Amino acid sequence: MSTELTRKDWMSLLAKAPAKSLAWLWEATQLSPDFTWLRAPEIGAAMVRGRMGGTGAPFNLGEMTLTRCSVQLATGEVGHGYVQGRDKDKARVAALVDALLQGPQAEAVQAAVIMPLVAERDKAKTRRATKAAATKVDFFTMVRGED
Amino acid sequence: MYVAVKGGERAIDNAHAWLAEERRGDQAVSELSIEQIRNQLTLAVNRVMAEGSLFDPDLAALAIKQSRGDMIEAIFLMRAYRTTLPRFGYSRPIETANMACDRRVSATFKDVPGGQILGPTFDYTHRLLDFALAAEGEVPEAPTVTAASERIPHVAEFLNQEGLIQTETPSEAVPPDLTREPLELPADRALRLQSLTRGDEGFVLGMAYSTQRGYARNHAFVGELRIGTVDVEMDIPELGFAIDIGEIEVTECETVNQFTGSKTEPPQFTRGYGLVFGQSERKSISMALVDRALRWKELGEDNLGAPAQDEEFVLYHCDNIQATGFLEHIKLPHYVDFQSELELIRKLRREALETVAGQVPNVAEAAE
Repeated sequence: MSTELTRKDWMSLLAKAPAKSLAWLWEATQLSPDFTWLRAPEIGAAMVRGRMGGTGAPFNLGEMTLTRCSVQLATGEVGHGYVQGRDKDKARVAALVDALLQGPQAEAVQAAVIMPLVAERDKAKTRRATKAAATKVDFFTMVRGED
Repeated sequence: MYVAVKGGERAIDNAHAWLAEERRGDQAVSELSIEQIRNQLTLAVNRVMAEGSLFDPDLAALAIKQSRGDMIEAIFLMRAYRTTLPRFGYSRPIETANMACDRRVSATFKDVPGGQILGPTFDYTHRLLDFALAAEGEVPEAPTVTAASERIPHVAEFLNQEGLIQTETPSEAVPPDLTREPLELPADRALRLQSLTRGDEGFVLGMAYSTQRGYARNHAFVGELRIGTVDVEMDIPELGFAIDIGEIEVTECETVNQFTGSKTEPPQFTRGYGLVFGQSERKSISMALVDRALRWKELGEDNLGAPAQDEEFVLYHCDNIQATGFLEHIKLPHYVDFQSELELIRKLRREALETVAGQVPNVAEAAE
């Protein structure tokens, strides 16, 4: 993966990251930037939509839990955390990481937090995909009797 | 007349204390953790999320623990919790064509591009109890082979190329939401699908089975069944763009139904659609069959009077929380109501005995 991550990329990654991994990586950076809450963490839900037949008109499938918050660093950057589930601390860390990735420490935070999460995600995806691939059926045609 | 009755508080408190003790069971046996339930009773967790209409495996596992494994009680807990959450928004429709498939099979095309991927299925097991599971032991890692990182196309796309299947018209129309507006009839397809995906698995299965047995002549093939994870994307107003807010596991089923044409439609294959949270294969196939049966009006088919064609019957009875709420309330005190029924029966009996001495024959039927 290239290092040219957009804000959409890293926010999407943080939203789906395992809470434990993010907490551990954040801890390891030993960063604790000064910040103020623009929006304190709150737990809510988003209604997930699907499409009829996979491609047609939308319909409401059901909700998923979601936690969000917004922070502003003492240096001015604003960060938003939108994370799956009900973990307020994960939302806080995601918002701080989002803010830091817009400032002078961006490169260090990307190396310490984002790239390991990318690697972990890719590894987990590959592991499932290779197990699925092992269950792919190889048909061979048997000679069928005519009578 | 309604008379408030007091005096049950201590009995209720004691009953709940005993419930907690019974839930825990023998204290010499180690307690179940939420993580154990989430990891080892995954399909139960999936059902509670699907019918509780809230994707959150930890909450569903907690609900199963709290309800002592009573699935409908667990679903009830999820639904109750769901109502306390503020709604942050609506996602963009998930793209199931981009699914990371754990399983993907087609019963209609053997050599379907992308292949037949069985995934972690119960199919082809012998359904013999495995006593080895009664003993604790290590499970070996499943075999792996290098995976092609190709997008697995939907099977319906191939039939579309020949124009042999009814096409879905893409749109960005805002669908109705039965969690915001009461379900009113006639319901459009979006509302029917929302209702069915959170409907009771047993009820939807029974309705689907009835269509296979001839109540609404629809012979369905499973064109495609896929299980896997998809990203959920939502527009974030303060950002001005959309991000993935999460990743969910879903099961999608598309049926292909023979259709000889009607007053309004040419002969072609028609489609039924099922999409359900989690790995919920039976429910997803059932949903697709019932969806197809309910589409008789828009396809210009005859109403055969089959239960599965009757949207009022299906949609008003598929919700197990509504159903169980109404059903179970009759066990709660109805002393005053019943007192008046008693008076009435006594009066009618007096009158009947004075005039007739007939007897209604009692025809009993054995259950299977």
